[in-house]
Amino acid sequence: MGYSGFRVIKEGLFGQKGWKPVWRDPEPKAHYDAVIIGGGGHGLATAFYLAKEHGLTNIAVLEKGYIGGGNVGRNTTIVRANYFLPGNSEFYSHSLKMWEGMEQELNYNVMHSQRGLINLFHSDGQRDAFARRGNAMINQGDDAILLDRDGVRAHLPYLDFDNGRFPIYGGLYHPRGGSARHDAVAWGYARGADQRGVDIIQNCEVTGIDIEGGVVKGVQTTRGAIKAKKVGIVVAGRSGQVAAMAGMRLPIESHVLQAFVSEGLKPVIDHVVSFGMGHFYISQSDKGGLVFGGDLDFYASYAARGNLPMKEHVMDAAMTLMPMIGKAKVLRSWGGIMDMTPDGSPIIDKTATEGLFIDCGWCYGGFKAVPASGFSFAHLMATGRHHDAAAKFRLDRFRTGVGLLDEEGTGSQHNLH
Amino acid sequence: MRITCPNCGERDRREFYYQGDALALSRPAPDAGPEAWDDYLHNRDNPAGETRDLWFHEAGCGAWLVVERNTVTHAIHKATLAQKVKR
Repeated sequence: MGYSGFRVIKEGLFGQKGWKPVWRDPEPKAHYDAVIIGGGGHGLATAFYLAKEHGLTNIAVLEKGYIGGGNVGRNTTIVRANYFLPGNSEFYSHSLKMWEGMEQELNYNVMHSQRGLINLFHSDGQRDAFARRGNAMINQGDDAILLDRDGVRAHLPYLDFDNGRFPIYGGLYHPRGGSARHDAVAWGYARGADQRGVDIIQNCEVTGIDIEGGVVKGVQTTRGAIKAKKVGIVVAGRSGQVAAMAGMRLPIESHVLQAFVSEGLKPVIDHVVSFGMGHFYISQSDKGGLVFGGDLDFYASYAARGNLPMKEHVMDAAMTLMPMIGKAKVLRSWGGIMDMTPDGSPIIDKTATEGLFIDCGWCYGGFKAVPASGFSFAHLMATGRHHDAAAKFRLDRFRTGVGLLDEEGTGSQHNLH
Repeated sequence: MRITCPNCGERDRREFYYQGDALALSRPAPDAGPEAWDDYLHNRDNPAGETRDLWFHEAGCGAWLVVERNTVTHAIHKATLAQKVKR
């Protein structure tokens, strides 16, 4: 059943009694053409595009918890296409275009808001680097505007421009960047996949991957064995454990990344803003909470909560950049489990096992990639060929050293991203 | 999170730099071949649970420590001088 303004009014007049659950709760079947392990944003999008673009409908998404309960419900919801390196650049550009059509494609309001992203810079050298990044974005066909100090002031008058330590020199403005309602993205893809016949099976943890003679045959789960011709692993921070079931060791170390939200406030921050001299970025949710975050805690962790030093750093940076934030009260903080690769870029590839595919390594940037990751991974699983937009996310790039995607330019080593 | 350095006693996590899995102590031989080196440099067990990793007491005594801890609970069980573990 479709959503529309008319339906909202009609349901309002009749006591909201016409709304029904928008995906089924099926029992797992004994056999599927394809099984996706992981019912997060990427896994659900993969199932949706396998069904929509490739006509594969005898497929299941296996989720150990509930839909939207992992990183897709725990991120800071930024959507942007401001990458620099070939490989990343075309992929995130493709993803942003998909975001722009997502609500129509899914008939679902994901509250995608292109409110603009401003990355601030605080030195001449940083300005040069951002000018170069902006040019790369324009070359890719995306939008970037280099703002001087007054240009930033026109958008963000509340910043501390003359901070003694880190004065603001300007900012790189990406008008098509913004945010979206993260849970709605998971729900929208789940509904769309379900409508096309995909079985979304929650509370179903994969406990083993069956491989015979180098070919994948299916999976073992807490709800019984399921045979499948193709299996896709899309499990973010848990990639190491699931890949180990197939005898693989991955170039991934799982880290904790913290985020914070304040009490609900009147509209005050109209953009997504990032500080250039410390790890801090912020936006305001439609509910009014200030949503902000910083960098990794920088130690391997599955705790889904962080320690105080990074909290202190984030609050310090916030107060340096926008002293007004000191009046707001932090409502809660949390941590997500990030699947970090040595170069900080993702992996969408086949594995050494025939029929077994993997989509992982999204580090701290997976949310904005949801549509294009699902689209590209579905393409790979269905056709056996990499999609052009994601052709460089190879698993073997660390071994060969060819095509490393070290966006930050710090080196391809585990503790550097 | 606090780490008890064998030289300095219990210290705040901020005094330490995190290097990663303690497999750095089992470096392959120079001629071990590209697969062994790829595995050593890039691939990780990435355990959810007990782990051993290397921390550098940057703002303290400057020693490298092997820390035994739990990645799920953040409990730290033991820190040993890497120098002694290596031998």
